[in-house]
Amino acid sequence: MTLLTAKDKDTVKTFWAKVSSNAEAIGSDALSRMLVVYPQTKTYFSHWKDLSPGSAPVKKHGATVMGGVADAVAKIDNLTAGLLSLSELHAFTLRVDPANFKILSHNILVVLAIMFPTDFTPEVHVSMDKFLSAVALALSEKYR
Amino acid sequence: MVEWSEQERSIITSIFSNLDYNDVGPKALSRCLIVYPWTQRYFANFGNLYNAEAIKTNPNIQAHGTKVLHGLDRAVKNMDNIKGTYAELSVLHSEKLHVDPDNFKLLADCLTIVIAAKMGSGFTPEIQATFQKFLAVVVSALGKQYH
Repeated sequence: MTLLTAKDKDTVKTFWAKVSSNAEAIGSDALSRMLVVYPQTKTYFSHWKDLSPGSAPVKKHGATVMGGVADAVAKIDNLTAGLLSLSELHAFTLRVDPANFKILSHNILVVLAIMFPTDFTPEVHVSMDKFLSAVALALSEKYR
Repeated sequence: MVEWSEQERSIITSIFSNLDYNDVGPKALSRCLIVYPWTQRYFANFGNLYNAEAIKTNPNIQAHGTKVLHGLDRAVKNMDNIKGTYAELSVLHSEKLHVDPDNFKLLADCLTIVIAAKMGSGFTPEIQATFQKFLAVVVSALGKQYH
């Protein structure tokens, strides 16, 4: 289990408070980038009409995903318990290969760097990277 | 052989011709040492790396960051044969520096993030894809001579 220190949790919560009002834009851009830069991820969205950056389904889904991230921030003290139903969803219904969590996390970090160049310091970067890894781990809990 | 479209070539040459090496190099290397602290193992004799502030202001790290970034120049000039261009550098990193090749990807990711922060919305998904493709080829070439 990726152990988040008290400092990590503090850093994540403080940074999230700054950026959360842009959650939908962050999600939409991160998802758009993922679909362009890692085309293999498109295989999970064959049911969408339009996979182009900023399209309606991409925007909507980006917002959904960031809603999950926001939830994770609120439950940062116990991600396994807090994200239980999301883990079951990903394990039994969506069956997203967990390697893709890393890919999406990377793109979230790229978007944060673009949108918040001065706030996304190396110290914030490491805590956010650890946090997203911990979220990915919690989401994979129910896989097997 | 890696195929590059005309658009991809111009994206890469454009990014590097507008690059402030003395700023981006140090930022990328220090970010790597902070975000992935185990990479500090290769810089034991660089002086004070005890915390993020020390790393960011360490003059040896700054100089080395600039040097590493300039190391990419030859790949930019020889995009059709990055593997051959970096054969010697690959041997150096394996035989002399003993760098775990997994670390190349970590530095590449930090460089991507630093460039993204600099270019802002100009770092479009297409440009990101091209830049990451370029770095992936570099990373692969640097790992080629390991045995």
